[in-house]
Amino acid sequence: MKKTKVSTIWLSGCSGCHMSFLDQDELLLELAKKIQMVYSPLMDIKTFPENVDLTLIEGAVANEEQQNLLKEARKKTKILISLGDCAVTGNVTALRNAWSDSDQAVLKKAYMEKSNKNGQIPTDVPKLLKKVRPIHEVVNVDYFIPGCPPPAGVINYVLTELLAGKTPNMEGRSKYG
Amino acid sequence: MVNLKIDGIEVEVPKDTMILKAAKDNRIDIPTLCNLEGLISYGGCRLCLVEISGSSKLFPACTTPVSPGMEITTNSNKLKEYRKMTIQLLLSERTHICSVCVANDHCELQSLANQLGVDHTIFERNWTKEEIDSTHDFLVIDRNRCILCTRCIRVCDEIEGVHTLDLRLRGKDAQIIMDMDNQWINSCSCTSCRKCSNVCPVGAIYIEGEPVSHTKKKDIVEFIKTRRNRK
Ligand code: SF4
Ligand code: SF4
Ligand code: SF4
Ligand code: FES
Repeated sequence: MKKTKVSTIWLSGCSGCHMSFLDQDELLLELAKKIQMVYSPLMDIKTFPENVDLTLIEGAVANEEQQNLLKEARKKTKILISLGDCAVTGNVTALRNAWSDSDQAVLKKAYMEKSNKNGQIPTDVPKLLKKVRPIHEVVNVDYFIPGCPPPAGVINYVLTELLAGKTPNMEGRSKYG
Repeated sequence: MVNLKIDGIEVEVPKDTMILKAAKDNRIDIPTLCNLEGLISYGGCRLCLVEISGSSKLFPACTTPVSPGMEITTNSNKLKEYRKMTIQLLLSERTHICSVCVANDHCELQSLANQLGVDHTIFERNWTKEEIDSTHDFLVIDRNRCILCTRCIRVCDEIEGVHTLDLRLRGKDAQIIMDMDNQWINSCSCTSCRKCSNVCPVGAIYIEGEPVSHTKKKDIVEFIKTRRNRK
């Protein structure tokens, strides 16, 4: 049987969603029979591959580099899934959105106001977006798994359903926070 | 007594009963947010909308009385879609970040989103910066999480009898205020009875340092009922 090609992406999030993915524990062994990981922060692969069947995305879109990677992943993936509250709502990473000029404000706060001396805003890092965005405000998303982090069981449920060609039903399963 | 049908089931309830109560007494659950048993119904959140055959309009179950021969549907796909939409609007209107909210896991809005399968919001979220008042000795209001259900206003007025709380402005700008828009600490009418924090369905009014699981037990409902029935 041909294995389903799966990738995972880590944007602006704390990696908790990836931890939760790993928390599937022995169920991962079942999954491993059906899937092949092709790109992930858990692996050492630099470029996003072609023809991916399923991509799980943790984290919100906060800078240009992330936005580009996300768009590339959308183009090369059949089924795209927002994994966790940051990806689904923006969550904590989007708290800065309440401030006007939030990109500048947050840099100033972190690198100038909080620095003891000679604070400097770095110039060689990806440019922050004006507002932090959930994934589906940037590209089309096929399925959503909210939660901070989403429980391993729910991740497993969604993946198992999709691998069986079914549509997951999130009623009573999804929970923000 | 009035005879009617709810979701195909024949029921008999006293005259002037609201549809919500008629359904509940017959073990039919209609989702609600602004309604709280014991307080005068407000009909603001529109979560309890139901269909009545013969009309293309939808009716809030909490403020619509039964009438003889009514045929009510409480759970069609259309209603479910509307309810999901309402929850999405509420989640988008102000800043709801459950993961860092005092009410996480004890919030009526969050749990309704869960029950109805609202796994994302199609509306862009407003990242609001409403005023937080933590001047009171132990009560806090974070207006960013307020869904304007007015339960707090009603309990303060109808049960505590002081009417400290009210609304200023309209629509999405509406805000719960104390006295004539004072800081809480300067309110001369507030008795610090905590009823507002008891009935708030979300994490907007809470008691500093006390887990919401303790303060939102809703035993206020029993309290209200006994007070109401006291001769
Ligand atoms: S009030 Fe409820 S829905 Fe809003 S952030 Fe808190 S837990 Fe989430
Ligand atoms: S503590 Fe009691 S009196 Fe004060 S605002 Fe709340 S309900 Fe009203
Ligand atoms: S503070 Fe709480 S109880 Fe009062 S209107 Fe807002 S959500 Fe409702
Ligand atoms: S519960 Fe009926 S309108 Fe809110």
